[in-house]
Amino acid sequence: MLRGDVDSLLLRALALVGLILVSALVAVVLKRRAGRLRPVVDGDVLAAADLGRPLGAEVTFVQFSTRTCTSCRTVRRVLGEQVAGAPGAAHVEVDAEDRLDLARRLGILRTPTVVVLDGTGRVTGRFSGVPTPHQVRDAVPHAGIPGR
Amino acid sequence: MSSTRARESTGTESGSRGIDPRGPRFAAAVTSVVLAVAVLTGSVWVLAFQVLVFAVAAVAGLQYSPYGWAYRTLVRPRLGPPAELEDPAPPRFAQAVGLVVTGVGLVFALAGAGLAVEVAAGLAFVAAILNAAVGLCLGCELYLLIARLRAPRPA
Repeated sequence: MLRGDVDSLLLRALALVGLILVSALVAVVLKRRAGRLRPVVDGDVLAAADLGRPLGAEVTFVQFSTRTCTSCRTVRRVLGEQVAGAPGAAHVEVDAEDRLDLARRLGILRTPTVVVLDGTGRVTGRFSGVPTPHQVRDAVPHAGIPGR
Repeated sequence: MSSTRARESTGTESGSRGIDPRGPRFAAAVTSVVLAVAVLTGSVWVLAFQVLVFAVAAVAGLQYSPYGWAYRTLVRPRLGPPAELEDPAPPRFAQAVGLVVTGVGLVFALAGAGLAVEVAAGLAFVAAILNAAVGLCLGCELYLLIARLRAPRPA
């Protein structure tokens, strides 16, 4: 009886260790992916009418946010600061829940996700999570964002 | 909705509605300990306690959660003021996600399903420890996915 209890506790402790390892793995994977630009080849083309706002002449960052999203605010601040000094760059924030059509069209699954458009509105890349200012500038080296 | 100016979004607009972001982090840490105990003991009572805490925080608000209260009275006075305030809606939504996961587990456990306590507590434990350790809110990030699945696709 007592022996069985000890075995069961050991098993449960092992299960808990396994859960902690899974959590650590998830944290590492998401941390590494955060802010990293994934290039899109032959992407969809968005027009100003799709966004309800003018596109940037060189680059447009389309940020998908939801009201439950913790890091969307930080992404908004980082992109806003980067775009402020670059006349050819624009930052458009979209409430993904209001624009489920756009979210579906672009295959957005989690927030914050930022879709990068070139001057013609073609999707050239995307990233999820919070980028560093450096990552934003490196994503679009031609856009003339100051601070390089 | 969309702000293109950096000045507007530097965290100064938080005002009276914002909460100290360290509160939910502390609550997530306590939650992971409680859920770890539930996994270790398989106790339906421990799980039921956490379900109750999730329910209070999700339905009444974070400030009514016992963990939020503990943070304000025991931890906050020993810390400096927060660097920036945070919108309470995301952490409150996370409490609702926790409530659903552990609540379903509790119902199954009360119906006599084996390992229901362990499975539900284990799932919620992963989400809670991620929130406590790296500030990641799984439920918040996947909110969009839930919204997409819920709304019918236009014909």
